[in-house]
Amino acid sequence: MTPLAHYLILSGLLFSIGLAGVLVRRNILVVFMCLEMMLSAANISLVAFSRAQGTEGVPVYDAQVLALFIVAVAAAEVAIGLALIVAMFRSCRSVDSASLNTLKD
Amino acid sequence: MNNLPWLLLLLPLLAAALDWLCFRKNPGAATAVSLISVLLTLGLTLAIYAGLCAGTPDAYVWMSDGLLNLHLGLTLDTLAVRMMLVVTGIGSLIHIFSIGYMKGDPSNLSRYFAGLSIFMFSMTMIVLADNLAMTFIGWEMVGFSSYLLIGHWFHKASAADAAKKAFITNRVGDFGFLIGILLTLFVFGTLDFGEMAGKANLMQGGVLTVIVLCLFCGAVGKSAQFPLHVWLPDAMEGPTPVSALIHAATMVAAGVYMLVRLQVSMGASAFTDTACTVIAAVGGITALLAALMAMQQDDIKRVLAYSTLSQLGYMVMAVGLLAGEAAMFHLYTHAWFKALLFLGAGAIIVCCHHEQNIWKMGGLLRRMPGTAICFLMGTFALIAVPGFSGFYSKEAILEAALEKNPTFFWLGAAVAALTTFYMTRLCLVTFLGRPRAHGAEQAKEAGATMLLPLILLAVMAVIAGYGCVADSLVPFEGFRAHGFSVGLPFYAGLGSLALGILAAVAFYGCGCRKQDPLAGNFVSTALRRRLYIDDIYDKGLIGGLQHFVSVAIGCIDLAIIRGLIAETLAWITGRIGMLLGWLQCGCLRGYAAVVGIGFIIMMLLFAFQWAH
Repeated sequence: MTPLAHYLILSGLLFSIGLAGVLVRRNILVVFMCLEMMLSAANISLVAFSRAQGTEGVPVYDAQVLALFIVAVAAAEVAIGLALIVAMFRSCRSVDSASLNTLKD
Repeated sequence: MNNLPWLLLLLPLLAAALDWLCFRKNPGAATAVSLISVLLTLGLTLAIYAGLCAGTPDAYVWMSDGLLNLHLGLTLDTLAVRMMLVVTGIGSLIHIFSIGYMKGDPSNLSRYFAGLSIFMFSMTMIVLADNLAMTFIGWEMVGFSSYLLIGHWFHKASAADAAKKAFITNRVGDFGFLIGILLTLFVFGTLDFGEMAGKANLMQGGVLTVIVLCLFCGAVGKSAQFPLHVWLPDAMEGPTPVSALIHAATMVAAGVYMLVRLQVSMGASAFTDTACTVIAAVGGITALLAALMAMQQDDIKRVLAYSTLSQLGYMVMAVGLLAGEAAMFHLYTHAWFKALLFLGAGAIIVCCHHEQNIWKMGGLLRRMPGTAICFLMGTFALIAVPGFSGFYSKEAILEAALEKNPTFFWLGAAVAALTTFYMTRLCLVTFLGRPRAHGAEQAKEAGATMLLPLILLAVMAVIAGYGCVADSLVPFEGFRAHGFSVGLPFYAGLGSLALGILAAVAFYGCGCRKQDPLAGNFVSTALRRRLYIDDIYDKGLIGGLQHFVSVAIGCIDLAIIRGLIAETLAWITGRIGMLLGWLQCGCLRGYAAVVGIGFIIMMLLFAFQWAH
C-alpha cells in the first residue's frame, strides 16, 4: 500500500502550485483555476487520511463522504465564481485582476 | 388650637396660589383674596400676641439622617411675634394703599397682588423660622418675590434691569450666608436656634469669627450694606407700595432681624471682637456713604432709598456694637416711619401724574395738606425731632455707641446731621414755594384708600417710641425703654438736628429756588453718580471679570481644544493612516499574498508547537 506520506507530498505540491498560481498570475480565470487546485489538494489529503485511519484495508467512510460533499459544494462555488468573472468581464472588459482597483482611486 | 400659627404661613401662600392660578383675569377677586389673607394673618398675629394661641405648634420632620436633621418648625418667642406684628401691620396698610395706588394701572393687578402675597409668605417664613435652614428658604423666597415685584413693570428696561441687579447682588451675599449655614451645621452640630445656646463658649474665637462673618454676608446682601448696597436704590423702579413694604420696612430689615436672632440664640459671646468690629464698621460706612449720596438725589424715591440704606447701616452698626436691643428698636420705629414716608411719596407721585423729580414739584403743602402733614410726621421721626419715635431709637443706638466705641458715636452723629439735611431739603423743595411743573399745579389730595394708611402710619410714627408703646411692641425679649436722660447723645442729636436744618434752610431757602444751588460742582456730580461705585462695578468688576474670563476661555480654546485635541489628534491619525496606507494597495495579488504568507506562518507555528 502506498504510504500516507506520498499522498500528503502530492497534496502539498498541488497546494503550493495552486498558491503560487494565485499569487503570480493576473488572469482571474487562471487564478480561479488555481484556487480550485488548492481545494483539490485539500480533498486529496482528506481522502488519504481516511484511508490511513481505516483498519484492514477498509477506509473510514465519513471523510470520503465529506470529500464528495466538498466536490459538490465546489461545483456550486465554481458556478458562482464563473458567473462573477463573466460579470466582471462585462463591466471591466478585462479579466486582469489588476483592473479591479476602482475603489482605490 | 396649637397648630393655628401655621396658618400665618399657609394663608398668604394660598392667597398667592389663588391669585396666580385662579384669578389671573380677575384683578378684583385677586385684590380681595390678598387683602383678606393679610388681614386674617394680622388678626391671627394679634391673637397670638394676646396669648390666645398658647402652646407650641408641631414641628414637621423634613429630612433626617445622622448629621443633618432638618425640620420645619415655628418659633413664637417675643422677638418673632412682635416682628410679625410689624410685618403684618405694615403689610395690611400697604395692601390697602396699593388698591388706591394701582387704580388705573394698565399692568396685571393679579400678578401684583400674587407677588405681595408670596412676599408675605416668605417674610413670615424668615420671621417665624426656628432653624437656619428654614430662614434660608425664606431668605431666597423674599429675594424671588422682590425680583417679581421690582420687575412688575417689566416692559420698562430699567425695571427689568433693576430686578436682575437686585436678584444677582443678593445671590452674592446669599452665597456667603449658605457657607455660614453649613459651617454652623458642622461646628455647632445643629441649625436650631433653640439648641445653639451655650455652645459658643466652647469654641475658638477664629472659627466663630469666620462663621459670624459668613452669616453676616447674607445680611450684607439682603440689608443692602456696603459693598452690596447698589441694588437698593435701583429697586425703586418697582411700584411705590412695594418699595415701602419690601425695600424699606420689612425685607431689608430681615438681615438685621437675622443677626439679632443669632445674637440672641448663639449668645453675645459668639460675636467675637473682630466680627463685631467688622459688622459695626460695615454698618457705619454704609450709613455715612448712603447719607452723603442722598444729599444730591433729585428723585423723591431715591432720596428715601438712600435714607433707608443709611438707617439700615445704623441698625447693623448697633448689632455690631452688641446692642441688639437698640437695633431692633430702631428697626421697629424705622419700619413705621419709613413705610409712611414711602407711601407719602407714593401718594405725591400719583397726584403729580407719576412725576418723581422733586424739582418738578413744589407748593404741595397747600395742594395736598393731608399727605404733606403725614409725610412731615415721618420726616420728623426720621430726623429724630424730640418727641417722635425715631428720636428715641436713634438715641438708644447713639447711647450704645458712646458706651462701646466713641468713634461710631461721632460717626452716627454726623450721619444724623446729614440725614436732617437731606430730608429738610426734600421737604422744602417738595412742599414749599410754587409748583414748578404742570403736574404739581394740578395735584389734588390723595383718595381715602391712600390717605387712611398714611394717617395710621403717621400715628405710629409719632407714638411708636413712647415708653409704654415701645415696651409692649418692640420685637425684643424683655425690652425696656430707657428713661430719658439728658447726656452727650441727647446734645449730639439735637446739635446735628439743628445743624442739618440750618444748613438746608440756608441753601434751599423756603422753596423759592428753581434748581439745586449745590449742583454742578465736582462733589455734587460724584454724589449724584453714587460715588462711582456702580460704575466701578460695571466697568471694573463685571467688565474686567468678563474680559478675564473670555481671555482665559479663549486660551483654553486655542491651546487645548484646538491645538492639543483637534490639531494634534488629526496629525497623529493622518500619520498613522499614511503609514498603514500601503497595505491597502488595491491589488488582488497583494491581498492573496498576505493571506498566503499568513497561512504559511500559522502552519509553521502549529507544526513547531506540535513538535514540542
